[in-house]
Amino acid sequence: MKRYIFPVALAFSLIVGSVSVHASEEGGLPPAGTNVHDQASLQRGAKLFFNYCVGCHSLKYMRYERIANDLGLSEEDVMQNLNFTGAKFGEPVVSHMPEASATTWFGKAPPDLSLEVRAKGVDWVYAYLNSFYLDPSRPVGWNNTVFPNASMPFPMWELQGLQVAEMKPAEAGEEPVVEKLVLSQPGKLTPAQFQQATRDLTAFLEYAAEPAALQRHHYGIWVLLFLAFFTFLAYLMKKEYWKDVH
Amino acid sequence: MAKVFTNIGNWFNERAPGLAPMYRAHMTEYYAPKNFNLWYYFGSLALLVLINQIVTGIFLTMNYNPSAAGAFDSVEYIMRDVEWGWLIRYMHSTGASLFFVVVFLHMFRGLMYGSYKKPRELVWLLGMLIFLVLMAEAFMGYVLPWGNMSFWGAQVIISLFGTIPVIGGDLVQWIMGDFLPADATLNRFFALHVIALPIVLLLLVVLHIAALHEVGSNNPDGVEIKKGPKGNRWDALKPADGIPFHPYYTVKDIVGVGFFLMIAAFIIFFAPTFGGWFLEHDNFIPANNLATPSHIKPVWYFTPFYAILRMIPSLFGTALWGVLGMFGAIALLFLLPWIDRGQVKSIRYRGTGFKVALALFVVSFIALGAVGAGVTAEVIPAWFGDVDVTFWENLFGRTMTLIYFGFFAFLWAYTHYGWEKTKPVPERVTTHD
Repeated sequence: MKRYIFPVALAFSLIVGSVSVHASEEGGLPPAGTNVHDQASLQRGAKLFFNYCVGCHSLKYMRYERIANDLGLSEEDVMQNLNFTGAKFGEPVVSHMPEASATTWFGKAPPDLSLEVRAKGVDWVYAYLNSFYLDPSRPVGWNNTVFPNASMPFPMWELQGLQVAEMKPAEAGEEPVVEKLVLSQPGKLTPAQFQQATRDLTAFLEYAAEPAALQRHHYGIWVLLFLAFFTFLAYLMKKEYWKDVH
Repeated sequence: MAKVFTNIGNWFNERAPGLAPMYRAHMTEYYAPKNFNLWYYFGSLALLVLINQIVTGIFLTMNYNPSAAGAFDSVEYIMRDVEWGWLIRYMHSTGASLFFVVVFLHMFRGLMYGSYKKPRELVWLLGMLIFLVLMAEAFMGYVLPWGNMSFWGAQVIISLFGTIPVIGGDLVQWIMGDFLPADATLNRFFALHVIALPIVLLLLVVLHIAALHEVGSNNPDGVEIKKGPKGNRWDALKPADGIPFHPYYTVKDIVGVGFFLMIAAFIIFFAPTFGGWFLEHDNFIPANNLATPSHIKPVWYFTPFYAILRMIPSLFGTALWGVLGMFGAIALLFLLPWIDRGQVKSIRYRGTGFKVALALFVVSFIALGAVGAGVTAEVIPAWFGDVDVTFWENLFGRTMTLIYFGFFAFLWAYTHYGWEKTKPVPERVTTHD
């Protein structure tokens, strides 16, 4: 048994090392701290999504009915408080914004957000939602430090307030860089409340990106426990059979 | 009840008298060396994963739509609306990566214990063919979800054929069936992925096992048990150090299967993307020929070969050399039985030169994987600050490429000129009474 310890430890450290190197690809963003198993957080996030996002962004792979089932909401809750598009309960969440006009208004149709968290990472989405600032040089008046020159205006400004950028003094021949963002005018929420709100919204998008995550975690424990028991029995059987092999 | 089984057995025996002897020859009377260690689990595990890929693959095809317009949507449909679709898909995607984990370890076992040497050259060649077909199978499977990395990966890999002089350009168009990866490409890759290559793969696996059972299994001591003393508890004429494959190794392999399934289940249920290594972030964006991902790179199991491609510079106005290097890296493995002229099989009794060379070979393979996956491009600036990343990455990657190919050159010279100082090989496997 002892001679297996080194190779197993080596293999394990290689796996952990490679995953952590790769996970850092998102690039030093603060952790979003979301929890998709916190149903209340998902409900608050859903409310924010349907109040501030669905005007432009679809979740075309998410059905209203699925949201109701997974978030512990009734059909009435969803159809009266969340569904403003007039879609049927079993239909997916599709924004009413016509793509052609969207392209004229923003230069680019707002992307579907069903898989945004899987494509960009949960920390990225959370940081993005917290990093809008006023920038008169941009067509819609807003810019973002996480996604520079994004073409999206910031619909949640009345909650967060208005952020402006403090620029680092530009070095000769280079573009000025944002040093930090400061709140120039407070919004309806305190900074801590707004961070929680965007965390909820990010959690909802994380759920929408992979609703199966709820089931995965639920069944995973039992599958592992069963396999551990199975392996133990298999080991006993092997021992019994191999008693006479010397 | 027992009588019923006997009757059924007799019924078959009368009609197909060859079945029972075949079962005995490959299971209960196939004598495998009794000293197999941890490294001998990976063959049966590879078979298990192959079966998993076929079964989950069948269920995936029931809902997958092989068209450029519908592929991406149908994968999300499987993930969300198909009952247990997410589990089937994660079993398939995790299985693909674990297939390569298991196969790489299986091949490394062969290198360590000299399992490719006489009389097992054919086993090794068939195994290498399996590896080659598996790579084609995995590449085409990776294209099917039609994410952005599927699209650009297909673009880059198929374009490699464009470096072939004269016919390259036409060949690329012929493979794609279009001027860029498109509906035609996806359709033919689907056909090849679900029908053509699996059939070839299954046939090769049968031949691989048949060839193995013809010559008998090698073992960690590299001793030919068939040449050793005869007579064991079951048969006076069979090798003394052999035990029947069934039940001894079947019950042992089940324990391996249990451990393996725990690892697989952990990934499937708790980390199905494996931090972006098994399912990549950019592949959750639909294929878009106008938006290139910031780093185009293949999935992890191709990265060592991809790194060799990238590290070999263009010469005389063509990038053909990198492509030759990449395929050469695999071709040399085919030739291993004839490159290594040493008579001693197992690393336990081989010279220090071989041990060091094999260790360096493994290091270069993992390091090239890191280069190909873009890990070095991230780590170099993070660890060493403001340096010329391309220069250091190339220096590192090219050194590792030289070590990779150097392994084969060294191994040939080391064994051909008799520089190897081997230890005496025991008469029998070391664990016998």
